[in-house]
Amino acid sequence: MDTLLITNILAATIIAGTPLLLVALGELVCERSGVLNLGQEGMMLMGAVMGFIAAVTSGSLAVGVLVAILAGIAMSMLFALMAVTLAANQYAAGLALTIFGTGLSAFIGSSYVGQSISGFPKIAIPYLSDIPVLGPVLFRQDLLVYLSLVLFVLVFVFLRYTRGGLIVRAVGESPEAANANGMRVLAVRYLAVAFGGGMAGLAGAYLSLAYTPMWTENMTSGRGWIALALVVFATWKPERVLLGAYLFGAASILHLVLQGLGWRSSTELLAMLPYVVTIAVLVLLSCNPARTRLNTPLSIGQPYRPSK
Amino acid sequence: MLSLERRAVDSRLMQWGSPVLALLLTILTGLVLFWALGKDPLAALGFFFLVPLSDTHGWAELGLKMAPLLLCAAGLTVCYRTRIWNIGAEGQFVMGALWASVAALKLSDATGFWVLPVVLGAGIIAGALWAWLAAVLKTRFHCNEILTTIMLNYIALNLLLYAVHGPLRDPMGFGFPQSEMFTASALLPQLIDGTRLHIGLLFALFAAVAVGVLFTRTFIGFQLNVLGQDGRAAAFAGFGERRLIWLAFLIAGGLAGLAGASEVSGPIRQLIPQVSPGYGYTAIIVVFLGRMQAVGIILASALLALTFMGGEMLQIAMNMPKAITGLFQGLLLFYLLTCDAFIHYRLRLRRPLPSAAIGQEA
Repeated sequence: MDTLLITNILAATIIAGTPLLLVALGELVCERSGVLNLGQEGMMLMGAVMGFIAAVTSGSLAVGVLVAILAGIAMSMLFALMAVTLAANQYAAGLALTIFGTGLSAFIGSSYVGQSISGFPKIAIPYLSDIPVLGPVLFRQDLLVYLSLVLFVLVFVFLRYTRGGLIVRAVGESPEAANANGMRVLAVRYLAVAFGGGMAGLAGAYLSLAYTPMWTENMTSGRGWIALALVVFATWKPERVLLGAYLFGAASILHLVLQGLGWRSSTELLAMLPYVVTIAVLVLLSCNPARTRLNTPLSIGQPYRPSK
Repeated sequence: MLSLERRAVDSRLMQWGSPVLALLLTILTGLVLFWALGKDPLAALGFFFLVPLSDTHGWAELGLKMAPLLLCAAGLTVCYRTRIWNIGAEGQFVMGALWASVAALKLSDATGFWVLPVVLGAGIIAGALWAWLAAVLKTRFHCNEILTTIMLNYIALNLLLYAVHGPLRDPMGFGFPQSEMFTASALLPQLIDGTRLHIGLLFALFAAVAVGVLFTRTFIGFQLNVLGQDGRAAAFAGFGERRLIWLAFLIAGGLAGLAGASEVSGPIRQLIPQVSPGYGYTAIIVVFLGRMQAVGIILASALLALTFMGGEMLQIAMNMPKAITGLFQGLLLFYLLTCDAFIHYRLRLRRPLPSAAIGQEA
């Protein structure tokens, strides 16, 4: 393999990993507050379709991204109403969100299928992009890739070094204790869910405005679910989410790479790879269940109702 | 100020009132939506709910779409009552359709009464094995079944696409990704002549009743219930957790596989990429809406079957996107879960306490 090929593969890996990184970072914060939102797929789809429509009608990609984030947040508030306020089963509520989002996005977007726009252009960062291999891989990407890296740093710092992050973690570990210490558990969870929704919406916008600048039904093709597995894989740590997102990203373009190398195999069989890899990773994690358990936010999945 | 208050006893009225309320809210939202789209709301509603059922043909089609939904839902009921979150009915359905097709095509020269049972059996086994994978992943490797079953759905779909683009593609099919047509001995008998309704509906009704009996009359059903409500209690009672989990998955997978097999050997008569319009996912809604009871899921599967027909009808009659089916289904589930909160809670109007009183109360 020559350098150019390796460079291209690595660059494509970063691109394929970016939507996973965005949605998984959002879900990470959400789960750290004790809320498991299985509606990622629905929120991403709504972000993708609303972002695309907004970008087409306004002619501005920035507006598209903003609308996508708002759409994700709006969807997540539906989830929060069910799962946080009404203390419904989080699994069922998340599934409902995904089914609802899938239906709603297909309905809204039906007249936009087949339209295309020019998506986010690649921006080369001066000097840095001239570094061999590393330059084109990291510093000749579109704006949203850079944004995803900035967001990663922010989430990392927030969870580890700030008071806000401490509160989120406290609420996720023990809502009762957090409540006794005067923290407003439900408000914190609402904010965490909203952040997750915004990130999922942004991830959707990445798909419909940068990755493949168009809208098709179900265009997320399971990325929201893969991101949920990714958070488990990352044992709820942002730095491992970053690593995992690019690993899963690599798995999802593996079929393109193999075809590029002249590997003769069916497209459909190779397209299974990301899903097979996800299951394989979940199995590998079971080698060390204690470690997964140690890092799991203690109250995850359990609704909390303040006694007064 | 409104506040939620836990009921002393769960409301039995809301237990069954909630699905009705959810349906009403969905219809109400639908009316607003049609109005916002500039269509006549009542006419649209009529096209959605009434016109599809205006003749025998319509009712037959309803039964036709009910069959796969109810089969999948009956299996999922076993899982959900056991608190196993099997989202994989879609994949199990697809695998059932795929392997039933393999059997039917291999036996295309054979005639005789045994061909059809073999075809259906292949579907059942394929679906059950596909579900069993998730069961092993759960009991042996502690993998969350939601994630594994979803992944298995995507894998199954790709296997289906591979099959119709590759080994099972009809060589005389002008390159279309679909199999040859099945021969007569691999086809399900019809229930009503002149319609597409086949005996798959009887399988489904039987499955729903059988699942009901399983949970109300048998010890296995009791064990499954206990495991679902309190895993520790089940362990103390000595119920084999692994055995029960495998059983729930195998039943669910087998029934979903049968649903898939019945689709290809019933109305479709060949393997095509769009073998399921999402029956496996819609069945999840059927289970929740039907309160995990036999009668409930039968009624709910009829309603959800109608949403598929209504969506097609609106597309033809009023030029609306077919995706309205998915939208209505999603709305229904969303409203249902919201209304379900009031089984356990009630709304109470409470005047906010003056700030001085709060300290004393504490």
